[in-house]
Amino acid sequence: MSSSETAAAHDARALWWAMKRDNWRRMWYRFTRNPLSVVGLVIVLVTGLAAIFADYIAPYPEHAGAFVDFGNAMKPPGGQYLLGTDPVGRDVLSRIIYGYRFSFGMAIVVIALAAPPGVILGLVAGYYRGTRIDSIIMRITDIFLAVPPLVLAMAITAVLTANVFNAMIAVTLMWWPWYTRLVYGLASSLRNEFYVQAAEVMGASKFHILFREILPNCISSILTKMTLDMGFVIIIGSSLSFVGLGAQPPTPDLGTMVADGAKYMPDQWWLTTFPALAIVTVVLGFNLLGDGLRDVLTVEEQ
Amino acid sequence: MSQPLLEVRDLSAGYRVYKGFLRVLDGVSLTVRRGEKIGLVGESGCGKTTTMRAILGVLPSNGRVTGGQVLFEGRDLRQASPRELQRLRGRKLTAIFQNPGAALNPVFTVGQQLDAVLRAHHPGMPARERRQRAIEALASVRLPDPERLLNNYPVQLSGGMKQRVCIALALLSDADLIIADEPGTALDVTIEDQVMRLFMRLVEERQSATIFITHSLGVVRQWMDRVYVMYAGSIVEAAPTQELFRNPLHPYTQALLKAVPKLTGGGIPKGIEGRVPDYADPPAGCRFHPRCPFYSPDRCPARPALVDVGNDHLVACYQY
Repeated sequence: MSSSETAAAHDARALWWAMKRDNWRRMWYRFTRNPLSVVGLVIVLVTGLAAIFADYIAPYPEHAGAFVDFGNAMKPPGGQYLLGTDPVGRDVLSRIIYGYRFSFGMAIVVIALAAPPGVILGLVAGYYRGTRIDSIIMRITDIFLAVPPLVLAMAITAVLTANVFNAMIAVTLMWWPWYTRLVYGLASSLRNEFYVQAAEVMGASKFHILFREILPNCISSILTKMTLDMGFVIIIGSSLSFVGLGAQPPTPDLGTMVADGAKYMPDQWWLTTFPALAIVTVVLGFNLLGDGLRDVLTVEEQ
Repeated sequence: MSQPLLEVRDLSAGYRVYKGFLRVLDGVSLTVRRGEKIGLVGESGCGKTTTMRAILGVLPSNGRVTGGQVLFEGRDLRQASPRELQRLRGRKLTAIFQNPGAALNPVFTVGQQLDAVLRAHHPGMPARERRQRAIEALASVRLPDPERLLNNYPVQLSGGMKQRVCIALALLSDADLIIADEPGTALDVTIEDQVMRLFMRLVEERQSATIFITHSLGVVRQWMDRVYVMYAGSIVEAAPTQELFRNPLHPYTQALLKAVPKLTGGGIPKGIEGRVPDYADPPAGCRFHPRCPFYSPDRCPARPALVDVGNDHLVACYQY
């Protein structure tokens, strides 16, 4: 390779990076036009970082587990314990932070498991719309969608033993059809686009058309949905924990905390209120962030 | 004369819709020799695009080819396996679509799309060479600053630029037959002319054959070797370009030529009475008869066949 060729290749890469950077900057600009999106991003970042670095951030990391300190039980918010303590003397703030870790972990695992099969099934069904493949996939999807999600999850966790792992399986099983539905709709209209037909005419394989032509055009919608779903999975996960089918004590979980605190209402209001607020905040954050992403990504497509 | 590149025999096709089956193509026959430039003209809705799609085997899902043969280098494409067809498309025959904006995938850069075609057709070609080929392809359609363009998304290009990119894409494959479906329609007249010149020059350089679908008689007259006139799903007249314009025989062709506005005056051009028939219930016999000034039930008993009247001039009308 001659040196001029190397220089040319270098220039090409520099140009590529410059234009890439431009695109990112433009998207960031558009995202920040809506202050609510930024609020959502901040909430998600703060709670997410708190969850990741819980060991360093939580004032009493050891309170996350089976810790007892009856001397400091039922302390109201303020002073040494910012959000008060529970009946066995554990710091509510610390437990909320660890609860976030659990909720985020669960949401990420569920979506990571539910989205890929859902997306692939939706792509295939959408591309082969009107054929038997479409009917089989979409009818199965319809059946899953017809069962109330929480009831299905409760049924599954009730048949299996109630623990975190089974709760995740349950939520995953009821979650993939939504991705199939979403991608089905997109793919069945995208396959009529001229660029898909142009690819067919140029001799592209089915694999190429599904994954290289249609899927990339669905990514923005899928990303938006994943972001919004983070919030919804957290709600479902907390609901399962609330009715005792999710995380089992002493694992700190926001849903469990709300349930446990409920019997002390209204006198020890902080036991329920703060975990509930924590759920509301993070779900709101994901919703706002999802809306912001939708704005950015859909404009980009026009 | 050796075997023609493409021979379409009596091709029929249609679409299944709510009110039944639309018999859009009714026995289309046409022949393309190697390197020949064919113009396919007719008014909107006469089945030009359906013909193209039926040839390529890419009818929409409610469409179906109901009869006839599509012989490409002697092989009937209708009998070919999907895999075989996939291999032929892009390598031997390719197409350019009507709307340049829609034929490029919006989420990929121009460079990525050119690269994908090169990678598919030349497995094992090193990345640097592919890049070089992509730049050359863009330069060959006279696009300025091709290196920069490689990183652009389709939205960042104008309609004319996009159409040139589409042409570059189609030409990358070195196909023997390029079917172009009104590539100029979405462009304004001056850009259309530039793109046409470019397209025809490149087609000639590569000695590819082309079927050029258009309703612009001017484009046909200027560039094509041979013209097929389509009406309501069948070929009504076919002749070398000169011959057709000098001596149009079919009443439809005559009316079509009269409908062209002229720069030299002559008032408002004469339109053709009536409209393209309903394909769910097409007129029996000659499909043009409800609009035909020469029609009489005695003279036109059935559907006229294409007959050779000399000078390589074919016409489907009972007058001849």
